[in-house]
Amino acid sequence: MTKAQNSISVKKEPLFHVSKNTVLPFWQKSAFLSGGVLAALIIIALISVLLIKQNPFKIFSAIVKGPFLDLWSYLQSAAMLLGFAIAVVPAFKMKYFNMGANGAVLMSCAAAIVCMKYLPKVNIGGSAMPNWLIMIIMTVAGIIMATLYSLIPAIFKAFFDINETLFTLMSNYIAAKFCGYLIYIMDESKSGVLNIVNRISHKGWFPKVGGNNYLLSIIVVLIMTAFMAVYMKYTKHGFESSLVGESVNTARYVGINDKKVMLRTIALSGALCGILGVLYAGSISHTLTESIGGLGFTAILVAWLANFSPLIMVAVAFLVQFLQTGTNYVATSLSLGSTDFSSICVGIMFFCVIAAQFFIEYKVELTSRGREFFHIKGNVKMVEGGIH
Amino acid sequence: MIGSFNLVGLIVDAIAIGTVYLLGCIGETLTEKAGNLNLGIPGIMCCGALGGGFGIWLCSDKCTDLAASPAYMYVLVSILCSMLFAAAAGLIYALFTVTLKANQSVVGLVLTTFGIGVFRFFAKKINKDIIFSGAHYYFKNLFGYEGDNIFGKIFLSHGILVYLAIIIAICAAFLLNKTKVGLNLRAVGENPATADAVGLNVSAYKYAFILIGSSISGLGGLYYVMDKSDGTNFTEAAIDSFGWMAVALVIATMWKPLVSIFGSILFGAFYVMPAYLPLSRNMNKLFAIAPYVITVVVLIVIRFMNQKNNQPPASLGLSYFREER
Repeated sequence: MTKAQNSISVKKEPLFHVSKNTVLPFWQKSAFLSGGVLAALIIIALISVLLIKQNPFKIFSAIVKGPFLDLWSYLQSAAMLLGFAIAVVPAFKMKYFNMGANGAVLMSCAAAIVCMKYLPKVNIGGSAMPNWLIMIIMTVAGIIMATLYSLIPAIFKAFFDINETLFTLMSNYIAAKFCGYLIYIMDESKSGVLNIVNRISHKGWFPKVGGNNYLLSIIVVLIMTAFMAVYMKYTKHGFESSLVGESVNTARYVGINDKKVMLRTIALSGALCGILGVLYAGSISHTLTESIGGLGFTAILVAWLANFSPLIMVAVAFLVQFLQTGTNYVATSLSLGSTDFSSICVGIMFFCVIAAQFFIEYKVELTSRGREFFHIKGNVKMVEGGIH
Repeated sequence: MIGSFNLVGLIVDAIAIGTVYLLGCIGETLTEKAGNLNLGIPGIMCCGALGGGFGIWLCSDKCTDLAASPAYMYVLVSILCSMLFAAAAGLIYALFTVTLKANQSVVGLVLTTFGIGVFRFFAKKINKDIIFSGAHYYFKNLFGYEGDNIFGKIFLSHGILVYLAIIIAICAAFLLNKTKVGLNLRAVGENPATADAVGLNVSAYKYAFILIGSSISGLGGLYYVMDKSDGTNFTEAAIDSFGWMAVALVIATMWKPLVSIFGSILFGAFYVMPAYLPLSRNMNKLFAIAPYVITVVVLIVIRFMNQKNNQPPASLGLSYFREER
């Protein structure tokens, strides 16, 4: 036997054999997922014991307590995260890796803020522009801005097959720097920070719903979610975009114009981003910063973990935000002095759930050598293909 | 106008900022040649920067006998720690994408969030004043060049990591194109099933080159903190955007390490260009978008130069599962 043959043939049998799982029943899937969440919580507990040197039960009670201290603020943050996820979902269903939600929201917010700042100074027939008209114009401007901004990479993807992941990533930074420029122009003090617009006159501020500052954005996002759930499942458009995602060739074969579907879907995604941006301008922050929103990446993960189902996304978004708000509270209440602990925890949570999804999708069995290795006795089942 | 335009300064600055891109780009090129699209580069760069800080802290605070050690100990230990930290982050990525066959883009995004979080959390614990008041000098100006000669300024005035980056790029090009390992690696990235059929260990190749690629990318973070920003900017905000630029540069340079040396300097030139143009402050603010717009333009131009030898590895972004049909 030559040396080369030798090196191939003496390979040992692996300890595990991995094969594709059949579709698991619902309870088994959820068992694996809760196992992942549990593992994440245990790791977070271990890390917090090691790093912060605190009793893990104290930390967990603080995590649970955190979101309830400022419940409305938590609900609003979770709703905005959900909104971002809803906005990117149609694109991802189509396998269009849209990382540009941050940029689109930012551009929409910028357009709305510009309207808010300058429209009250416009006179129509001798009197100032009425507030309702300002609100309508800023909403329309924001939505159109975000739609057009999202369409640019989509056009290049559809007609020239330019990599959309990097294009949309760069468009985030372009939007951020452009907003930096706008802030510099609009800010009279030239400090680089734009004060809250119309702080006294409240021109262009959306009305409170039921006397509550937070409720409007939550309601809008929930309507968006319901719309998207129906759109994805029951409309022809939604079906077409998921078909293009599954297989472009099949879609073309049945006579779907895939370019048209792509542009239409991305326009919808952009318009939803536009709504979020207008909410930031009119209802949440009333000002423009380079980092407003900024939930796009987390939202992609939320959408992906929920398997792009809008209704599961509601649960996932509220859970992720719960963890984030809770760990933020831990960081501040246990005088950790920083809120960065929360992004570590959220990262661990995502990693564990991704690992759990592996066990849902694949079956891991011990091979005969694996059984010997771990000293497991009993009926040794020969696994086909286990010997390599 | 032309008289006041400082071309030499521009080139020197372009090389300085371009090295961050170059290191990130080489690491990502090696990873992508193994068929894995690593979007965790910003997080990995942050881990590398953190590792460098940790290494210097080891030298100065922890071991008193090391504190008396010469400057090269500082450089060596922090480079090693930086690569180690970045490789650890890469290991997480490899574990999830190769062994657990998870979606590469999703794992990359989580790794970016996680790495930036880890960086921010631990960077606060390292005493920056002690570390960066002195240590960064060891990384700068390898040849101690002080003169005003144009050749000297462009080629001799840089820190050790700049030269190291160029050496790494040349080594990577040699490895990919002239060695058997490189050929095997490209086979794994193009068609893992075929590579498997001829007896290559696909997982081992993927693991090895994800780890090597990550540790090289991590040096980009170290370089930015220690050399480019003079040890003053131990924050993640800048590293984050440089990481994405590095990923874009991989496509712009068509997966060729030698091209990426010049590509990174070109990208760097676009990045520092506004500072060298006679612009008002307003226009300066607006020109901050230039490097990103130009990146997009380069991506489009490269796409139109569509040729057989500048395509991505055929199975980039796909997990390999032997039993899949």
